[in-house]
Amino acid sequence: MTDLTPDQKARQAWLSLLAKSPPAALAEHCDALGTLPDHTWLQPPETGAVMVRGRTGGTGAPFNLGEMTVTRCALTLETGEVGHGYVQGRDKSHAQRAAVVDALMQTDRANEVRRAVLTPLETAMIAAKSARAEKAAATKVDFFTMVRGED
Amino acid sequence: MYVAVKGGERAIDNAHAWLAEERRGDTSIAELSVEQIREQLGLAINRVMAEGSLYDPDLAALAIKQSRGDLIEAIFLIRAYRTTLPRIGHSHPIDTGKMACDRRISATFKDVPGGQVLGPTFDYTHRLLDFKLAAEGELPEAPIRETEAQDMPRVTDYLNREGMIQTEERTEGTPPDLTRQPMEYPANRPLRLQALTRGDEGFVLSMAYSTQRGYARNHPFVGELRIGKVAVEMDISALGFSIDIGEMTVTECETVNQFTGSKSEPPQFTRGYGLVFGQTERKAISMALVDRALRWKELGEDNVGAPAQDEEFVLAHSDNIQATGFLEHIKLPHYVDFQSELELVRKLRAEVMAASQKEAAE
Repeated sequence: MTDLTPDQKARQAWLSLLAKSPPAALAEHCDALGTLPDHTWLQPPETGAVMVRGRTGGTGAPFNLGEMTVTRCALTLETGEVGHGYVQGRDKSHAQRAAVVDALMQTDRANEVRRAVLTPLETAMIAAKSARAEKAAATKVDFFTMVRGED
Repeated sequence: MYVAVKGGERAIDNAHAWLAEERRGDTSIAELSVEQIREQLGLAINRVMAEGSLYDPDLAALAIKQSRGDLIEAIFLIRAYRTTLPRIGHSHPIDTGKMACDRRISATFKDVPGGQVLGPTFDYTHRLLDFKLAAEGELPEAPIRETEAQDMPRVTDYLNREGMIQTEERTEGTPPDLTRQPMEYPANRPLRLQALTRGDEGFVLSMAYSTQRGYARNHPFVGELRIGKVAVEMDISALGFSIDIGEMTVTECETVNQFTGSKSEPPQFTRGYGLVFGQTERKAISMALVDRALRWKELGEDNVGAPAQDEEFVLAHSDNIQATGFLEHIKLPHYVDFQSELELVRKLRAEVMAASQKEAAE
Protein backbone atom coordinates (compact mmCIF):
# COMPACT_ATOMS: atom_id res chain seq x y z
CA MET A 1 0.00 0.00 0.00
CA THR A 2 1.12 3.56 -0.68
CA ASP A 3 2.06 6.04 2.01
CA LEU A 4 -0.84 7.01 4.17
CA THR A 5 -1.99 10.54 4.92
CA PRO A 6 -1.80 11.65 8.58
CA ASP A 7 -5.60 11.29 8.80
CA GLN A 8 -5.45 7.75 7.48
CA LYS A 9 -2.64 6.91 9.91
CA ALA A 10 -4.68 8.22 12.81
CA ARG A 11 -7.70 6.22 11.71
CA GLN A 12 -5.57 3.12 11.21
CA ALA A 13 -4.34 3.48 14.79
CA TRP A 14 -7.79 3.79 16.37
CA LEU A 15 -9.30 1.01 14.26
CA SER A 16 -6.40 -1.27 15.26
CA LEU A 17 -6.95 -0.38 18.90
CA LEU A 18 -10.69 -1.03 18.69
CA ALA A 19 -10.16 -4.40 16.95
CA LYS A 20 -8.00 -5.64 19.82
CA SER A 21 -10.07 -4.14 22.65
CA PRO A 22 -11.85 -6.38 25.16
CA PRO A 23 -15.62 -6.25 24.43
CA ALA A 24 -16.55 -5.47 28.04
CA ALA A 25 -14.09 -2.56 28.24
CA LEU A 26 -15.29 -0.98 25.00
CA ALA A 27 -18.91 -1.32 26.12
CA GLU A 28 -18.12 0.30 29.45
CA HIS A 29 -16.30 3.26 27.91
CA CYS A 30 -19.02 3.72 25.29
CA ASP A 31 -21.55 4.09 28.10
CA ALA A 32 -19.75 7.30 29.03
CA LEU A 33 -20.78 8.74 25.66
CA GLY A 34 -24.46 8.47 26.53
CA THR A 35 -26.92 7.00 24.07
CA LEU A 36 -25.14 5.99 20.90
CA PRO A 37 -26.21 8.02 17.86
CA ASP A 38 -28.73 6.62 15.39
CA HIS A 39 -27.26 4.98 12.35
CA THR A 40 -28.21 2.91 9.35
CA TRP A 41 -26.39 -0.25 8.35
CA LEU A 42 -24.30 -0.31 5.23
CA GLN A 43 -23.32 -3.82 6.17
CA PRO A 44 -24.88 -5.41 9.24
CA PRO A 45 -22.48 -7.28 11.59
CA GLU A 46 -21.19 -10.49 10.11
CA THR A 47 -18.84 -13.02 11.70
CA GLY A 48 -16.33 -14.70 9.46
CA ALA A 49 -12.86 -16.15 9.36
CA VAL A 50 -9.60 -14.55 8.33
CA MET A 51 -6.83 -16.85 7.18
CA VAL A 52 -3.74 -15.87 9.15
CA ARG A 53 -0.42 -16.32 7.42
CA GLY A 54 3.10 -16.89 8.63
CA ARG A 55 6.42 -17.08 6.81
CA THR A 56 8.68 -20.10 6.39
CA GLY A 57 11.58 -19.68 8.77
CA GLY A 58 9.89 -16.53 10.11
CA THR A 59 11.15 -14.44 7.19
CA GLY A 60 10.68 -16.49 3.99
CA ALA A 61 7.69 -17.42 1.84
CA PRO A 62 4.13 -16.94 3.16
CA PHE A 63 2.14 -19.99 4.31
CA ASN A 64 -1.34 -20.42 5.76
CA LEU A 65 -1.17 -20.86 9.52
CA GLY A 66 -4.88 -21.14 10.31
CA GLU A 67 -7.95 -18.97 10.66
CA MET A 68 -9.20 -16.59 13.34
CA THR A 69 -12.71 -15.31 13.94
CA VAL A 70 -13.43 -11.69 13.05
CA THR A 71 -16.70 -9.75 13.12
CA ARG A 72 -17.18 -6.75 10.89
CA CYS A 73 -19.86 -4.20 10.01
CA ALA A 74 -20.25 -0.78 8.41
CA LEU A 75 -22.74 1.96 9.20
CA THR A 76 -23.64 5.57 8.43
CA LEU A 77 -24.54 8.18 11.01
CA GLU A 78 -27.45 10.51 10.31
CA THR A 79 -24.86 13.22 9.67
CA GLY A 80 -23.32 11.09 6.89
CA GLU A 81 -20.08 9.78 8.43
CA VAL A 82 -19.28 6.15 7.59
CA GLY A 83 -17.93 3.97 10.35
CA HIS A 84 -16.24 0.58 9.95
CA GLY A 85 -16.05 -1.96 12.72
CA TYR A 86 -13.57 -4.84 12.60
CA VAL A 87 -13.08 -6.76 15.81
CA GLN A 88 -11.50 -10.05 16.80
CA GLY A 89 -14.01 -12.69 17.86
CA ARG A 90 -17.74 -13.20 17.34
CA ASP A 91 -19.34 -10.35 19.34
CA LYS A 92 -21.64 -8.42 17.01
CA SER A 93 -22.41 -5.59 19.42
CA HIS A 94 -18.67 -5.18 19.91
CA ALA A 95 -18.25 -4.66 16.16
CA GLN A 96 -21.18 -2.24 16.17
CA ARG A 97 -19.65 -0.16 18.96
CA ALA A 98 -16.31 -0.10 17.16
CA ALA A 99 -18.01 1.18 13.99
CA VAL A 100 -19.92 3.85 15.88
CA VAL A 101 -16.70 5.02 17.54
CA ASP A 102 -14.97 5.07 14.15
CA ALA A 103 -17.77 7.20 12.73
CA LEU A 104 -17.88 9.55 15.72
CA MET A 105 -14.12 10.08 15.45
CA GLN A 106 -14.86 11.77 12.11
CA THR A 107 -17.31 14.23 13.70
CA ASP A 108 -16.78 17.22 15.97
CA ARG A 109 -17.18 14.85 18.94
CA ALA A 110 -13.77 13.33 18.12
CA ASN A 111 -11.98 14.80 21.14
CA GLU A 112 -14.69 13.68 23.52
CA VAL A 113 -14.62 10.15 22.05
CA ARG A 114 -10.85 10.00 22.23
CA ARG A 115 -10.92 11.03 25.89
CA ALA A 116 -13.75 8.76 26.93
CA VAL A 117 -13.02 5.66 24.85
CA LEU A 118 -9.73 5.47 22.98
CA THR A 119 -7.36 6.85 25.60
CA PRO A 120 -8.58 4.55 28.40
CA LEU A 121 -8.51 1.53 26.07
CA GLU A 122 -4.97 2.34 25.04
CA THR A 123 -3.83 2.96 28.61
CA ALA A 124 -5.27 -0.38 29.72
CA MET A 125 -3.68 -2.19 26.77
CA ILE A 126 -0.24 -0.72 27.46
CA ALA A 127 -0.57 -1.53 31.17
CA ALA A 128 -1.53 -5.15 30.46
CA LYS A 129 1.32 -5.51 28.00
CA SER A 130 3.92 -4.11 30.34
CA ALA A 131 2.64 -6.19 33.28
CA ARG A 132 3.28 -9.31 31.19
CA ALA A 133 6.64 -8.02 30.01
CA GLU A 134 7.68 -7.40 33.63
CA LYS A 135 6.75 -10.93 34.63
CA ALA A 136 8.71 -12.26 31.65
CA ALA A 137 11.71 -10.07 32.61
CA ALA A 138 11.65 -11.62 36.10
CA THR A 139 12.21 -15.04 34.47
CA LYS A 140 15.28 -13.90 32.54
CA VAL A 141 18.34 -15.93 33.44
CA ASP A 142 21.30 -14.04 34.92
CA PHE A 143 24.24 -16.28 34.19
CA PHE A 144 27.25 -16.15 36.42
CA THR A 145 30.41 -18.16 36.17
CA MET A 146 31.69 -20.27 39.00
CA VAL A 147 35.45 -20.23 39.21
CA ARG A 148 36.74 -23.67 40.10
CA GLY A 149 39.97 -25.59 40.25
CA GLU A 150 43.27 -24.67 41.83
CA ASP A 151 44.06 -20.98 42.06
CA MET B 1 -31.24 -55.52 -3.43
CA TYR B 2 -30.87 -52.54 -1.11
CA VAL B 3 -32.82 -52.62 2.12
CA ALA B 4 -33.05 -49.43 4.15
CA VAL B 5 -33.36 -50.16 7.84
CA LYS B 6 -34.99 -47.73 10.22
CA GLY B 7 -35.76 -47.86 13.90
CA GLY B 8 -32.74 -46.46 15.73
CA GLU B 9 -34.26 -43.04 16.29
CA ARG B 10 -35.57 -43.53 19.83
CA ALA B 11 -32.42 -45.32 20.95
CA ILE B 12 -30.26 -42.52 19.51
CA ASP B 13 -32.32 -39.78 21.20
CA ASN B 14 -32.11 -41.60 24.51
CA ALA B 15 -28.37 -42.19 24.09
CA HIS B 16 -27.83 -38.46 23.54
CA ALA B 17 -29.96 -37.56 26.55
CA TRP B 18 -27.85 -39.88 28.68
CA LEU B 19 -24.67 -38.43 27.16
CA ALA B 20 -25.79 -34.96 28.31
CA GLU B 21 -26.38 -36.29 31.81
CA GLU B 22 -23.01 -38.05 31.94
CA ARG B 23 -21.32 -34.90 30.65
CA ARG B 24 -22.72 -32.98 33.58
CA GLY B 25 -21.61 -35.64 36.07
CA ASP B 26 -22.53 -35.47 39.74
CA THR B 27 -24.87 -32.49 40.09
CA SER B 28 -23.79 -31.98 43.71
CA ILE B 29 -20.46 -30.76 42.23
CA ALA B 30 -20.46 -27.24 40.77
CA GLU B 31 -20.76 -27.06 36.99
CA LEU B 32 -17.74 -25.88 34.98
CA SER B 33 -18.30 -22.64 33.10
CA VAL B 34 -16.90 -22.05 29.63
CA GLU B 35 -14.91 -19.12 31.11
CA GLN B 36 -13.35 -21.40 33.73
CA ILE B 37 -12.24 -23.81 31.02
CA ARG B 38 -10.87 -20.95 28.93
CA GLU B 39 -8.89 -19.46 31.80
CA GLN B 40 -7.76 -22.59 33.65
CA LEU B 41 -7.23 -25.19 30.93
CA GLY B 42 -5.29 -22.86 28.65
CA LEU B 43 -3.03 -25.45 27.09
CA ALA B 44 -5.98 -27.67 26.15
CA ILE B 45 -7.56 -24.57 24.56
CA ASN B 46 -4.34 -23.97 22.64
CA ARG B 47 -4.23 -27.50 21.28
CA VAL B 48 -7.87 -27.34 20.17
CA MET B 49 -7.28 -23.99 18.44
CA ALA B 50 -4.10 -25.20 16.73
CA GLU B 51 -5.47 -28.49 15.44
CA GLY B 52 -8.97 -27.12 14.90
CA SER B 53 -7.15 -24.45 12.87
CA LEU B 54 -9.30 -21.66 14.25
CA TYR B 55 -8.06 -19.10 16.76
CA ASP B 56 -10.97 -18.41 19.12
CA PRO B 57 -10.42 -19.31 22.79
CA ASP B 58 -14.11 -19.03 23.72
CA LEU B 59 -15.17 -21.47 21.02
CA ALA B 60 -12.37 -23.87 21.96
CA ALA B 61 -13.54 -23.76 25.60
CA LEU B 62 -17.12 -24.50 24.57
CA ALA B 63 -15.93 -27.38 22.39
CA ILE B 64 -13.93 -28.88 25.27
CA LYS B 65 -16.96 -28.67 27.55
CA GLN B 66 -19.25 -30.23 24.95
CA SER B 67 -16.77 -33.02 24.18
CA ARG B 68 -16.32 -33.91 27.88
CA GLY B 69 -12.61 -33.13 27.53
CA ASP B 70 -12.05 -35.40 24.51
CA LEU B 71 -9.75 -33.02 22.65
CA ILE B 72 -9.98 -34.74 19.27
CA GLU B 73 -13.78 -34.56 19.51
CA ALA B 74 -13.42 -30.87 20.45
CA ILE B 75 -11.15 -30.30 17.43
CA PHE B 76 -13.79 -32.03 15.29
CA LEU B 77 -16.43 -29.58 16.59
CA ILE B 78 -14.20 -26.60 15.78
CA ARG B 79 -13.42 -27.90 12.29
CA ALA B 80 -17.14 -28.37 11.65
CA TYR B 81 -17.92 -24.87 12.94
CA ARG B 82 -15.25 -23.19 10.84
CA THR B 83 -16.75 -24.56 7.65
CA THR B 84 -19.84 -22.44 8.40
CA LEU B 85 -17.86 -19.19 8.52
CA PRO B 86 -17.53 -17.03 5.42
CA ARG B 87 -13.87 -16.27 4.60
CA ILE B 88 -13.40 -12.55 5.10
CA GLY B 89 -9.88 -12.51 3.74
CA HIS B 90 -6.31 -13.25 4.70
CA SER B 91 -3.83 -11.45 6.90
CA HIS B 92 -0.37 -10.16 6.17
CA PRO B 93 2.16 -12.77 7.30
CA ILE B 94 2.53 -12.24 11.04
CA ASP B 95 5.84 -10.69 12.09
CA THR B 96 7.21 -12.95 14.80
CA GLY B 97 10.27 -10.72 15.02
CA LYS B 98 8.01 -8.14 16.71
CA MET B 99 6.56 -10.64 19.16
CA ALA B 100 5.91 -9.51 22.74
CA CYS B 101 7.69 -12.56 24.17
CA ASP B 102 6.48 -14.36 27.29
CA ARG B 103 9.25 -16.86 26.72
CA ARG B 104 12.30 -16.87 24.53
CA ILE B 105 15.13 -19.34 24.86
CA SER B 106 18.02 -20.51 22.75
CA ALA B 107 19.75 -23.83 23.25
CA THR B 108 22.63 -22.77 21.01
CA PHE B 109 23.76 -19.38 22.35
CA LYS B 110 23.88 -18.74 26.06
CA ASP B 111 24.43 -15.00 25.71
CA VAL B 112 21.94 -14.31 22.95
CA PRO B 113 20.96 -10.61 22.80
CA GLY B 114 17.70 -10.15 24.68
CA GLY B 115 18.60 -12.99 27.01
CA GLN B 116 17.16 -16.33 27.98
CA VAL B 117 13.63 -15.64 29.17
CA LEU B 118 12.04 -18.74 30.68
CA GLY B 119 8.42 -17.59 30.89
CA PRO B 120 5.65 -19.70 32.45
CA THR B 121 7.22 -23.09 31.77
CA PHE B 122 6.91 -26.64 33.12
CA ASP B 123 10.67 -27.02 32.53
CA TYR B 124 12.68 -27.43 35.72
CA THR B 125 9.60 -28.48 37.70
CA HIS B 126 10.10 -31.79 39.48
CA ARG B 127 7.00 -33.39 37.99
CA LEU B 128 5.77 -34.26 41.45
CA LEU B 129 2.05 -34.00 42.04
CA ASP B 130 1.30 -30.78 43.87
CA PHE B 131 -1.38 -31.59 46.40
CA LYS B 132 -1.70 -27.93 47.32
CA LEU B 133 -3.65 -27.56 44.06
CA ALA B 134 -6.26 -29.96 45.40
CA ALA B 135 -7.02 -27.45 48.15
CA GLU B 136 -8.39 -24.04 47.39
CA GLY B 137 -6.11 -21.14 48.15
CA GLU B 138 -4.76 -17.82 47.06
CA LEU B 139 -1.67 -17.79 44.90
CA PRO B 140 1.26 -15.52 45.53
CA GLU B 141 1.70 -13.02 42.70
CA ALA B 142 4.38 -13.75 40.14
CA PRO B 143 7.48 -11.61 40.72
CA ILE B 144 8.17 -8.77 38.33
CA ARG B 145 11.31 -7.03 37.18
CA GLU B 146 11.82 -3.80 35.30
CA THR B 147 12.02 -4.38 31.58
CA GLU B 148 14.92 -3.18 29.51
CA ALA B 149 14.24 -1.73 26.11
CA GLN B 150 16.12 -4.44 24.29
CA ASP B 151 15.37 -6.09 20.98
CA MET B 152 15.15 -9.81 20.70
CA PRO B 153 16.82 -10.48 17.35
CA ARG B 154 16.36 -13.86 15.76
CA VAL B 155 19.11 -16.28 16.65
CA THR B 156 19.26 -17.37 13.02
CA ASP B 157 19.95 -13.75 11.95
CA TYR B 158 22.84 -13.86 14.37
CA LEU B 159 24.28 -16.95 12.62
CA ASN B 160 23.53 -15.47 9.22
CA ARG B 161 26.10 -12.75 9.77
CA GLU B 162 28.82 -15.35 9.39
CA GLY B 163 27.05 -17.00 6.46
CA MET B 164 26.98 -20.14 8.57
CA ILE B 165 23.33 -20.89 8.01
CA GLN B 166 21.05 -21.23 5.06
CA THR B 167 18.97 -18.07 4.57
CA GLU B 168 15.21 -17.78 4.29
CA GLU B 169 14.64 -15.47 1.34
CA ARG B 170 11.58 -13.31 1.72
CA THR B 171 9.12 -13.86 -1.12
CA GLU B 172 5.54 -12.80 -1.61
CA GLY B 173 2.73 -14.56 -3.43
CA THR B 174 -0.33 -16.58 -2.54
CA PRO B 175 0.43 -19.80 -0.68
CA PRO B 176 -1.61 -22.93 -1.44
CA ASP B 177 -4.49 -23.55 0.99
CA LEU B 178 -5.37 -27.14 1.80
CA THR B 179 -8.75 -26.04 3.16
CA ARG B 180 -9.66 -24.87 -0.34
CA GLN B 181 -7.88 -27.27 -2.70
CA PRO B 182 -7.27 -30.98 -2.17
CA MET B 183 -3.71 -31.92 -1.19
CA GLU B 184 -1.42 -32.56 -4.09
CA TYR B 185 1.93 -34.27 -4.03
CA PRO B 186 4.68 -33.29 -4.21
CA ALA B 187 3.67 -30.49 -1.84
CA ASN B 188 5.76 -27.34 -1.55
CA ARG B 189 7.08 -26.19 1.80
CA PRO B 190 4.27 -23.67 2.54
CA LEU B 191 1.68 -26.42 2.00
CA ARG B 192 3.64 -28.85 4.17
CA LEU B 193 3.86 -26.27 6.96
CA GLN B 194 0.10 -25.64 6.80
CA ALA B 195 -0.57 -29.36 7.14
CA LEU B 196 1.93 -29.77 9.98
CA THR B 197 0.74 -26.80 12.05
CA ARG B 198 -2.81 -28.25 12.16
CA GLY B 199 -1.59 -31.85 12.38
CA ASP B 200 -2.12 -34.09 15.38
CA GLU B 201 0.33 -33.28 18.15
CA GLY B 202 0.91 -36.93 18.98
CA PHE B 203 1.56 -37.89 15.39
CA VAL B 204 3.89 -34.97 14.67
CA LEU B 205 5.72 -35.63 17.96
CA SER B 206 6.24 -39.30 17.08
CA MET B 207 7.46 -38.46 13.58
CA ALA B 208 9.91 -35.94 15.06
CA TYR B 209 11.04 -38.47 17.66
CA SER B 210 11.67 -41.04 14.94
CA THR B 211 14.19 -38.66 13.33
CA GLN B 212 15.96 -38.26 16.67
CA ARG B 213 16.18 -42.02 17.04
CA GLY B 214 17.93 -42.35 13.72
CA TYR B 215 15.29 -42.58 11.00
CA ALA B 216 16.57 -39.67 8.88
CA ARG B 217 18.59 -38.13 11.66
CA ASN B 218 19.18 -34.41 11.16
CA HIS B 219 20.99 -33.34 14.34
CA PRO B 220 18.66 -30.59 15.49
CA PHE B 221 19.43 -27.88 18.01
CA VAL B 222 16.70 -25.56 19.17
CA GLY B 223 18.24 -22.37 17.84
CA GLU B 224 15.36 -20.44 19.23
CA LEU B 225 11.98 -20.97 20.79
CA ARG B 226 9.73 -18.00 21.38
CA ILE B 227 6.19 -17.72 22.70
CA GLY B 228 4.20 -14.51 22.84
CA LYS B 229 1.68 -12.20 21.29
CA VAL B 230 1.77 -10.87 17.75
CA ALA B 231 -0.58 -8.47 16.03
CA VAL B 232 -2.55 -9.72 13.02
CA GLU B 233 -2.77 -7.16 10.25
CA MET B 234 -5.08 -7.25 7.23
CA ASP B 235 -5.74 -5.01 4.23
CA ILE B 236 -9.24 -3.54 4.35
CA SER B 237 -10.29 -2.72 0.80
CA ALA B 238 -13.10 -0.39 1.91
CA LEU B 239 -10.55 1.75 3.75
CA GLY B 240 -7.65 1.52 1.33
CA PHE B 241 -5.18 0.61 4.08
CA SER B 242 -4.42 -2.16 6.51
CA ILE B 243 -5.35 -2.36 10.20
CA ASP B 244 -4.67 -4.77 13.03
CA ILE B 245 -7.72 -6.99 13.20
CA GLY B 246 -6.60 -8.70 16.36
CA GLU B 247 -3.71 -10.32 18.15
CA MET B 248 -2.82 -13.86 19.02
CA THR B 249 -0.36 -15.91 21.00
CA VAL B 250 1.83 -18.17 18.90
CA THR B 251 4.81 -20.45 19.48
CA GLU B 252 7.71 -20.35 17.07
CA CYS B 253 10.61 -22.78 16.94
CA GLU B 254 13.62 -22.55 14.70
CA THR B 255 15.96 -25.46 14.67
CA VAL B 256 19.55 -25.28 13.54
CA ASN B 257 20.59 -28.51 11.89
CA GLN B 258 23.93 -29.90 10.88
CA PHE B 259 24.49 -30.13 7.15
CA THR B 260 27.69 -31.38 5.64
CA GLY B 261 27.03 -29.82 2.26
CA SER B 262 25.95 -31.13 -1.10
CA LYS B 263 26.87 -30.64 -4.75
CA SER B 264 25.25 -27.22 -4.78
CA GLU B 265 25.65 -26.06 -1.18
CA PRO B 266 28.75 -25.63 1.01
CA PRO B 267 28.77 -27.10 4.52
CA GLN B 268 26.54 -24.90 6.66
CA PHE B 269 23.69 -25.14 9.09
CA THR B 270 20.19 -25.65 7.76
CA ARG B 271 16.87 -24.85 9.34
CA GLY B 272 13.60 -26.43 10.36
CA TYR B 273 10.63 -24.28 11.23
CA GLY B 274 7.64 -24.63 13.51
CA LEU B 275 4.90 -22.08 14.07
CA VAL B 276 1.73 -23.00 15.95
CA PHE B 277 -1.25 -21.16 17.48
CA GLY B 278 -1.07 -20.66 21.25
CA GLN B 279 1.50 -21.79 23.79
CA THR B 280 2.22 -25.13 22.12
CA GLU B 281 5.90 -25.73 22.55
CA ARG B 282 6.08 -29.52 22.12
CA LYS B 283 4.15 -29.25 18.88
CA ALA B 284 6.23 -26.37 17.50
CA ILE B 285 9.53 -28.19 18.16
CA SER B 286 8.11 -31.39 16.63
CA MET B 287 6.92 -29.47 13.60
CA ALA B 288 10.37 -27.97 13.06
CA LEU B 289 12.04 -31.40 13.16
CA VAL B 290 9.57 -32.91 10.71
CA ASP B 291 9.79 -29.85 8.44
CA ARG B 292 13.56 -30.30 8.33
CA ALA B 293 13.31 -34.03 7.57
CA LEU B 294 10.89 -33.35 4.70
CA ARG B 295 13.36 -30.90 3.10
CA TRP B 296 15.79 -33.67 2.09
CA LYS B 297 15.12 -33.25 -1.61
CA GLU B 298 15.73 -29.49 -1.87
CA LEU B 299 18.90 -29.85 0.21
CA GLY B 300 20.21 -32.66 -1.96
CA GLU B 301 20.27 -35.20 0.86
CA ASP B 302 19.74 -38.93 0.41
CA ASN B 303 16.33 -40.41 0.84
CA VAL B 304 17.12 -43.14 3.36
CA GLY B 305 13.57 -44.42 3.20
CA ALA B 306 12.67 -43.10 6.64
CA PRO B 307 8.96 -42.47 7.36
CA ALA B 308 9.64 -38.83 8.29
CA GLN B 309 11.11 -38.22 4.82
CA ASP B 310 8.03 -39.57 3.08
CA GLU B 311 5.95 -36.47 2.50
CA GLU B 312 2.84 -38.30 1.41
CA PHE B 313 3.00 -40.66 4.37
CA VAL B 314 3.48 -37.79 6.83
CA LEU B 315 0.98 -35.31 5.40
CA ALA B 316 -1.72 -37.84 4.55
CA HIS B 317 -1.73 -39.20 8.11
CA SER B 318 -1.12 -36.10 10.19
CA ASP B 319 -4.72 -34.89 10.34
CA ASN B 320 -6.48 -36.40 13.32
CA ILE B 321 -9.97 -35.50 12.10
CA GLN B 322 -9.47 -37.31 8.80
CA ALA B 323 -7.90 -40.20 10.69
CA THR B 324 -10.54 -40.52 13.35
CA GLY B 325 -13.34 -40.07 10.84
CA PHE B 326 -12.15 -43.00 8.80
CA LEU B 327 -11.18 -45.08 11.79
CA GLU B 328 -14.38 -44.57 13.75
CA HIS B 329 -16.72 -45.06 10.83
CA ILE B 330 -16.04 -48.80 10.92
CA LYS B 331 -18.08 -49.07 14.14
CA LEU B 332 -21.18 -47.76 12.37
CA PRO B 333 -23.60 -50.27 10.81
CA HIS B 334 -22.06 -52.23 7.94
CA TYR B 335 -24.75 -54.91 7.99
CA VAL B 336 -25.10 -55.17 4.23
CA ASP B 337 -21.34 -55.14 3.54
CA PHE B 338 -20.88 -57.79 6.14
CA GLN B 339 -23.77 -59.87 4.81
CA SER B 340 -22.03 -60.07 1.44
CA GLU B 341 -18.73 -61.03 3.10
CA LEU B 342 -20.60 -63.73 4.99
CA GLU B 343 -22.07 -65.11 1.78
CA LEU B 344 -18.66 -65.10 0.15
CA VAL B 345 -16.91 -66.92 3.00
CA ARG B 346 -19.76 -69.50 3.13
CA LYS B 347 -19.39 -70.10 -0.59
CA LEU B 348 -15.61 -70.45 -0.37
CA ARG B 349 -15.93 -72.85 2.55
CA ALA B 350 -18.47 -74.94 0.67
CA GLU B 351 -16.15 -75.14 -2.33
CA VAL B 352 -13.16 -76.14 -0.21
CA MET B 353 -15.19 -78.72 1.71
CA ALA B 354 -16.56 -80.19 -1.52
CA ALA B 355 -13.07 -80.39 -3.01
CA SER B 356 -11.59 -82.13 0.05
CA GLN B 357 -14.52 -84.61 0.23
CA LYS B 358 -14.00 -85.41 -3.41
CA GLU B 359 -10.26 -85.89 -2.78
CA ALA B 360 -10.95 -88.20 0.17
CA ALA B 361 -13.42 -90.22 -1.90
CA GLU B 362 -10.82 -90.71 -4.63
